Parts: sequence; C-alpha cells; structure tokens
Amino acid sequence: MLRIECPCCGPRDHDEFRYGGDASVTRPAYDDPDFEAWYRYVFVRENPAGLHREYWQHVVGCRQWLVVERDTRSHTIASIRFARETRA
Amino acid sequence: MRRLAIGGRIDRSQPMEFTFDGRAMTGFRGDTLASALLANGVRLVGRSFKYHRPRGILSAGPEEPNALVTLGTGGRREPNLTATTVELADGLVAESQNRWPSLKFDAQGINGLFAPFLSAGFYYKTFMGPTRRAWMFYEHFIRKAAGFGRAGEEPDPDRYDVRHLFADVAIVGSGPAGLSAALAAGEAGARVVLIEQDFALGGTLLSDPQDSESAAWLSGMLARLAGMPNVSLMTRTTAFGAYDGNVLGLVERHGSGTADPKEGQARQMLLLLRAKSIVYASGALERPLTFANNDRPGIMLASAARIYLNRFAVLTGTRVVVATDNDSAYRAAFDLATAGAEVTIADSRAEPIHDLREQARRRGVAVRTNSLIANALGRRAVRAVSLSEPGGAATVRCDLVAVSGGWSPTVHLTSHFGVKPVYREDIQTFVPGKLGAGRFVAGAVMGGLTTAGAIEQGHRAGVDASAFCGAAKAVQQPVRLELTEIDAGPDDSPLGTSLRPAPLAQLVRGGYGSPAILPELHRPRRSGETSHAKRTRGGDEEGAKLAAGKAFVDIQMDVTTQDIALAHREGYESVEHLKRYTTLGMGTDQGKTSNFYALSAMAGLRGMAVPEVGTTTFRPPYTPVAIGALAGRSIGHHYKPIRRTPMHDWHVANGAQMLEGGLWMRPWFYRTSGRDVNEAYVAEMRMVRETAGLMDISTLGKIDVQGPDAAEFLDRVYANGFARLPVGRARYGIMLRDDGIVFDDGTTTRLGERHFFMTTSTAKAADVMSRLEFLLDTAWPDLRVSVTSVTYEWAAMSVAGPNSRDILAAAFPDLDVSNEALPHMGLLEEQYRDMHLRIIRLSFSGERAYEIYVGASLGNEVWCRLMEAGAPFGLKPYGVEALGALRVEKGHIAGPEIDGRTTLDDLGLSRMVGKRSGYVGEVLERREAFSDPARPRLVGLRCFEPGKQLHAGAILFRPNESLQGHGLGRITSVTYSPALDAWVALGLLAREAAVEGAEIVAASPIIGQAVRARVVSPIFLDPKGERLRG
Ligand SMILES: [Zn+2]
Repeated sequence: MLRIECPCCGPRDHDEFRYGGDASVTRPAYDDPDFEAWYRYVFVRENPAGLHREYWQHVVGCRQWLVVERDTRSHTIASIRFARETRA
Repeated sequence: MRRLAIGGRIDRSQPMEFTFDGRAMTGFRGDTLASALLANGVRLVGRSFKYHRPRGILSAGPEEPNALVTLGTGGRREPNLTATTVELADGLVAESQNRWPSLKFDAQGINGLFAPFLSAGFYYKTFMGPTRRAWMFYEHFIRKAAGFGRAGEEPDPDRYDVRHLFADVAIVGSGPAGLSAALAAGEAGARVVLIEQDFALGGTLLSDPQDSESAAWLSGMLARLAGMPNVSLMTRTTAFGAYDGNVLGLVERHGSGTADPKEGQARQMLLLLRAKSIVYASGALERPLTFANNDRPGIMLASAARIYLNRFAVLTGTRVVVATDNDSAYRAAFDLATAGAEVTIADSRAEPIHDLREQARRRGVAVRTNSLIANALGRRAVRAVSLSEPGGAATVRCDLVAVSGGWSPTVHLTSHFGVKPVYREDIQTFVPGKLGAGRFVAGAVMGGLTTAGAIEQGHRAGVDASAFCGAAKAVQQPVRLELTEIDAGPDDSPLGTSLRPAPLAQLVRGGYGSPAILPELHRPRRSGETSHAKRTRGGDEEGAKLAAGKAFVDIQMDVTTQDIALAHREGYESVEHLKRYTTLGMGTDQGKTSNFYALSAMAGLRGMAVPEVGTTTFRPPYTPVAIGALAGRSIGHHYKPIRRTPMHDWHVANGAQMLEGGLWMRPWFYRTSGRDVNEAYVAEMRMVRETAGLMDISTLGKIDVQGPDAAEFLDRVYANGFARLPVGRARYGIMLRDDGIVFDDGTTTRLGERHFFMTTSTAKAADVMSRLEFLLDTAWPDLRVSVTSVTYEWAAMSVAGPNSRDILAAAFPDLDVSNEALPHMGLLEEQYRDMHLRIIRLSFSGERAYEIYVGASLGNEVWCRLMEAGAPFGLKPYGVEALGALRVEKGHIAGPEIDGRTTLDDLGLSRMVGKRSGYVGEVLERREAFSDPARPRLVGLRCFEPGKQLHAGAILFRPNESLQGHGLGRITSVTYSPALDAWVALGLLAREAAVEGAEIVAASPIIGQAVRARVVSPIFLDPKGERLRG
C-alpha cells in the first residue's frame, strides 16, 4: 500500500485517504463560461509515466486535501503539500 | 529409509503421534510432516495433477511441488499444504490428495488414459478455439481426473487475526546473511524485525551437521540476538508480499506442538509490517534436473537429502546416486556417505574440481564424470537410473536419486515492486534487479553461495539499512565463520561452478535442435561439451530408448519438456504465452523449481539468450495464504461496521424490520403495520396521508456551513440560488458534478446571516462533504467558509401527515408551531427545557411535515415524547419502504433517478435554475448532447391493466414495437398508490416518446412480463402542493 506522509498527521496508510484525481489540471474560475476550458479541465488528462501531481484527501484524519507528487512507475512519492498552500 | 539414532535437531524425548491416510505414525518435536513421513518409510505421498503419477517428496521447503497434503477434518480441513513446511504436531491428521480410491492403487493412474486430452494447450484450445463447446463434454471427466485438494465445506471454527507492525529494518530470511544483518542493524540501534518462514532459525545453516562449526556459529548468533531488546525474531512467519511504502505482508502460523490452536488463539495472523528499510536475505532454491521419469518417488533435491539427514536425522537412501552439474551437491554426497550410504556421483561435467574428487575418494564416494542422468527406473519408487556416458549407457541401482541442477536465487519478494530480476550470464541465473531506496539484498539471493560471503554481505546490508533509517551507532566486525571441507575453494566462490549450469541454449543449438527430442535432455550443459551432448541426439536410437518416458519441467502442473516443445511449435513462444498455454508455473508452488528450466528451454528452442526470452512477473503471495488470514476478524457481522441511529434500539424493540443502507441500519417497515413489507408499506402510506407518521431520518448527511462567504459558497455549489435565501428559511437544493450531471439533492436552511445547515442524501453524505472541502481547499481558497460534518451529532426525525402540527404542539406545548410562526419551509430553533431543538418544516412525503433535529443523545427521548404525544392523533412509525413510496406518488426524485447519468433537464428541474450562472456544472451541462431528443426524461407511468403491476427496472417500448434491445427508457421507481388504487412509477423515457397520455409497454424480460401503462405527469398526487401548506 502507499504510505502518504500527511503534513498534518504524519505517515499514514493510503486507505485513510480519498483519491481526488489529477492536480495538474487548472480549474477555470467558477464563473468562467468558456466551454473549452471546462472540457479540458474535466476530461483531458496527460496520464504520464513518471511524476504525477494528484489530489488526496486525508478523510479519516485531518480531512485536508493534499497535492501529492507520485511517480506512476514506482509509486515513489516525491512531495506532499497542503492543496491550499499550492494555490496560495 | 530410516531414522538415525543420534543427531539432528529433533527432540527424541518428545514423540508426536500423527496419522497419514489413516495410518498411525510417530515423529518427534522438531520434525516437519515430510521428515516424519520419510522417517516412517513413506515414499509415495501423492498423485500428480493431470496424469495421476505417483509422487514423493522432492524438497525440504516451500518450493515443494509434489508433497501436497490436506490437514485436519471438518471445518478445519485445509488442502494443498506442503508437507515440507508443515510443523509436525501431536494429533495431526494428514491425507494425501488427488488419488482415488487409494494412494497405492489409483484407478486413474492408468497412465495416459487422459493424456491425449491433457497435453499443453488443452484448456487454451478448448476455451479459445472453435472447440469451446467440447468443454461441456469433457468437463465431467476432467474435473474428476485432474485437480488438487478439496477444501472443507463446513465453517472454519478457528479465529484469524490481523496485526499492524512497524520497524526500522525488516530482514527477510534467517540464514547466515539474515542473522548477520540482524546483528549489525541491532548493534546500530535500529528497531529490527527478522522474519523466518521456518519454525527454526538458521536457514541453510540448519542443513549442516549438529556438531559442525556452522551449528556453533548459529547458536552463538542466536544467543546474541536474543539479548537485544530492539531485535525481534519471528519464526513460522512468511513474508508473502512486498508492497508500496515498504510494507511487507506477513502471515504467522500459530499452534506449534498442537494440531489445532489453543482456546482464544488465532490459527494464523496476518501482519502488515511497515518498515523503513528492508533487507532481503531470502536465499536460493536448488533446481532439479529434467530427465525421463524425473518425477518418481525417491528422486529428491540434493540439498533436501542433506537437510533430512542433518536436521531431521533421516537417512533417505542407502544406495544413492547424486546427479549433478555443479559442486554444491557434493556436500550432500559426502554427508550421506558419512552416514553410511553407498554413494555414486554422476557429474555431468567433464572435469569437476580436482579437490572434490580427492575428497570423494577419501569418503568412498564414486565419481562418474561426463555422466548424464537419462532415465529413472521404478514406478512407485526409484529402483535404478540409466546414465548416459561416453562409453555408453550404464545402469546404476539405487533407492535415492539426489539431484542438483544449480541454484535459483529467491528473487520473488524483491520483484514485487515491479523490479524485474536481471540475468547474470556469468552464473546463469536471475538475481534481483536494481532495488529502490531503502531496500538491500544479502547472501545467496545475490547469486553467491558461500557462507563467509553471505555473512559479510549481511553485515554490510544491516549497517546500510540502519543508516538509511538514521540508526548509526558503532557496529562491531561481523562474526566470521570459516568453513573447511568443500568450502575451501577460491575466495569469492568456493563452490566454484555451483551457480554455473551450462546454458541449455548452447545445448539445443549444439545438437538437440529437434524439439521433439527435448525430453531426452535433462539439463543444460556448459558450452564446449557438444561431443557429450551428441551422444543422445535424436537420431540416436539407443539414446531415445534410454530416455523413454515423460520428463517433467513443472512437476506440480504435469508440464513436460514435450509440452514446451509443443507450445513452441504452435507459436506460443513468449514467456507469458508459454505459461498460459502450458499452465507452467501456475500451480500452488508457482513454479519455484521449474521456471528457470522452462525459460532456458524456450530460449534454446528459439535460439535466443535467456534474458531475451525474459521472465514472467512475480506476484504476491510467495506461498499460498489462507483466505481466513486475509479476512482476519472481518467475517460475519464484523465484515463491515454498522451505523446505528440514536433511535435504533427503539425501532428494534417496536417491531421494525431493519434494512442495511450503506453502513446504516434503517427501519424498512414495522411488523405492527403488516405481515410483510408489501402489506406494511401500504398501511404506513395510508397512515401518513390520513393521520400522521414518524420516521427516523438521522441517516441524512448533515453539514454545518459557516463563514462570511457561506452564502456565496452555497450559491456556487448549488445549481439553484442560495444567496438571497432569507434567514430562518429552508430551500431545496440540487448540486451538479463538474460534467453537468446531477450529483445530489437536499435542503439547506439559513440559520443566520453567515450560518447554514445543509442536509444531503444518506448515500451521498460522504461524497458531498468531501466535495465541498475539495472546492474550498483547491478551487476557492479565498472564500472564508468552514464546513463541518455534523451527521452523527444530530438525531433527526420527521413527523408527517395532516395531524403533524397538532402532534408537535402536544409534544412541545410551549412552542408556537402555528402556520404563521412556522410556515412551509420555515425554521424554528428553540431551547425546549434541556433540549436544543431545530425544527424545519419540510416535506418529502407531500404531507404537512416537520423535521425535528436534536442532539444525538436526546434523540430517543424526543422520539418517545413525540410517539407519546402523537398516540391520540394516530401517530405510528413508518419505514423507508413507505417513505420511498410516498415520494414516488409526489414525483420526488431520489437515488434511482439521480443515477449519475441524468441532467437537471432530464429530471424536469431546469426551471429551478433558470438563467443563473456561475454554479458548478453549469457550462458542461449545456452540452449539445444533453438536448438530444433520444435522451430520456422523467415521466410518470400509470398502469391501466387490472391485476397487473409495474416493476422497477422494466424496459419501456412503444405499443406494437418488438420487445427487443434497450427500448426507449426504463422504470426507475415503482409503488402501489393507495390514493389512486393503481400501480404508478417514475421512469426515464426518451423525450420524443414522453408525451402525456401516450401508451407505453413496460417489459420485464427477466420475469417474462409486459405491462401496459400510460405516460402521465410524475406528480401523481396533489400537484399544487396544497396538502403541505397551511
Ligand atoms: Zn492528515
């Protein structure tokens, strides 16, 4: 299983987390009417063999959404940050 | 075969009684079942998978392909255990497998009866090809003939458990490398867990004589390790899988000395070990040789013969032929000779190391060089072997053939992370690939076989692994062990060519080119020995006669050299195809002794080098793990947790039939309302429509939303507007996903300017909560809003029906619940005595109704108060079945309609949104495809055929249309409506057909029924909503 080092709670098994998908895509502003932008955000994915930025939420811990950089080939985790910090 | 009077690591003062196929036998503490069987003279232990050939014990470890037994009786019956790893226990009941009617006389053993059907590719062709139908015919016979053990059918009475472990350094294997690593890591100050599958520590050292230097080294090491509080030594524990995050899956077997666990003790324990670093010291497995009839009882790995002799004091043969292509088997030969056996070594090499011949001479062991084992004679036990030698064929009588085809490092666990093993041409075997950070290897798994080397490597790995975890105290020099005897060769590889079997590829190219005669091969030779090889070439009649009989590659799955040749001829050449076509390596032993030979054979046939052919993927588990251990205590009602509402006990005490919904237990219906659900729900519906009913709605998701931007947040989250919702009012809201599909619905009440109380459906509560947090954390961190799940904090109940207000007033006499004070969609938040009540006037049933929220600990009290006050008004409880039916009558959507495929427009809810913008899902909801006239939209359906009823899931067709295919839509929810005295339903029907008044046919192919119904408004009752107002 993956071990995810939550910046709030420390290293935990991945089954404490909820996977939240690709974190590299940019969500359009809430009132952005651009269809293409929303289409890309919802449906278009890179699926890289290598480092992948993805969202995980520590649901049975601090409930924070995290951005995890994981190597899809080895499952090695390169970095973990609070999602809020990556946005700031 | 006999037990020696002295020696071995068995305790002769502790005899153990056991039975094998009903025959009473005795062994000793310290025996395995296999060693005890051998000590009792048992050679024949089973019948083979396909051909029912007699089989004996090949190995002394978990790689055993043959000696599969079933242990225990009744619910404790456990099949397919390797006798070589079963610790002997008093009272053990063991049975052989796959024989009928008895092991010695096997009716199906009439060899070849099924052979034509069962050659390689039988299953593959039968299932994949045009002969698929033939399976119907064969199945009956094949199922009876082929197979492994039979599992018990009664419930397993034993307990299994799961534990979680943490360590700095996990070490797999307790041989010289593992022990040395444990000592170094322990001295460095790391928290160490050493894992050993055997019940004794020592690994390969256990196969040395008791009075040897290595035995002394072992006991010294164990004493030192036992004194280290930071080192834990786990025996009877198999590391069966290595997973991401350096997590090792371990299974620990309990119950030593007794056949069954003691009271309260788990039979097996699954351990999840999270280690900062891992040292793999998993050793190597000896390979057998491939020659005609190489599966006969009495043919054993040389290392196993040595283990049975030195560890278990069982001399497995008195006239022994040791057939080898490497030096390591000489140890077994010498020890067997010392124990009194008459030993002949058939060494396939032209020139073994001179020193070994000298030593052999001194021990009276005959060495035949250039001697190739070709065939084994004897049926239920080997009687003699045919050797092919430069001077011609020779037959040597024997009762044991000890074979060695070199060694394969136990790379399984190191490969579980997806690290492919790499081929080392110099020693012609696979070794672990490049491991990730924090993972180390030591000992024979790296490809070396010397004890001194293993100790050195183990020490280094222990130091490195500790340093990786930050444990770096000073560590002493390793405790060295210099073995004399045949260990005294060149420094780095005293056993010389022991890990250097000759390449089969060479051999095949050099003269064994025709795959048809592959069976005559027994083993790859070294290059430059083609002259020898030519002796038994296919054209050589004498050679062919000499090697008549099946030569097994995968002994457990009955895969022969001919099968591999056949796979090659038919084009199944890639390793993965070969495996599936021949079933090679697919048995319970996962081909531990056979994979390498199969690879080399295929490489030879294809004229490629072994690494070009590749290896199959190693996957967990390394050895079979009982399902019980994986399940642990999560069985029966512990299978998953249960959520009970604060009023749960009341429901149960008052006749509720409970229903699982997700993890929640909810009242389905009350037996006081009717004998069965169909009778009860209709009665409960009538009650709600005519008087009043009380329903437990505590399972709704409840979310507290606070902050200066709370209104703005909800305005974006819901498709319909919330910004202008007045304080003290509730509103029905609907959420979309980003892709424009409806996500969930519920109500949100404005408690204050910056404070909202949201409810969600029971099913989506967790998803909605997580989604709100996602939006706040990732999309709109600028919004000053906090969301908190308060689902468990609030008990909730709904009183619904014409009498509901009177009941509320009676229950809480001081509260003003008049229509003016508490109108439809109004809120009353009041302290009533010691109770903080939140009463929201909301209706799902279509009747005047109030949702009453109170702290969970007071839920039952308020419920009882309402029941008591409501009794004079006819109040009774109702369950989810009636609730679901009431909402269908009102055309309210729920889970069956919000199925992850429907849009607002599909559900007729677009008008709620109007021309708003800036809400989640808005843009993609406007996709062109969503306005396709073939898209279904919500309709009401009313059955007009007397005596017939509608069924959920029915497919909708136009009248006179053929009832084929997916139709124009489907029924999502259905109920009998007592108000209309008709069966009514909600359905999703193609827009083009969804014309009110149109006739439609609802077909339920599964029950073979088609019912005529009319398309109507989905709101069957009180379309103006007069009943819920006022
Ligand atoms: Zn956390």
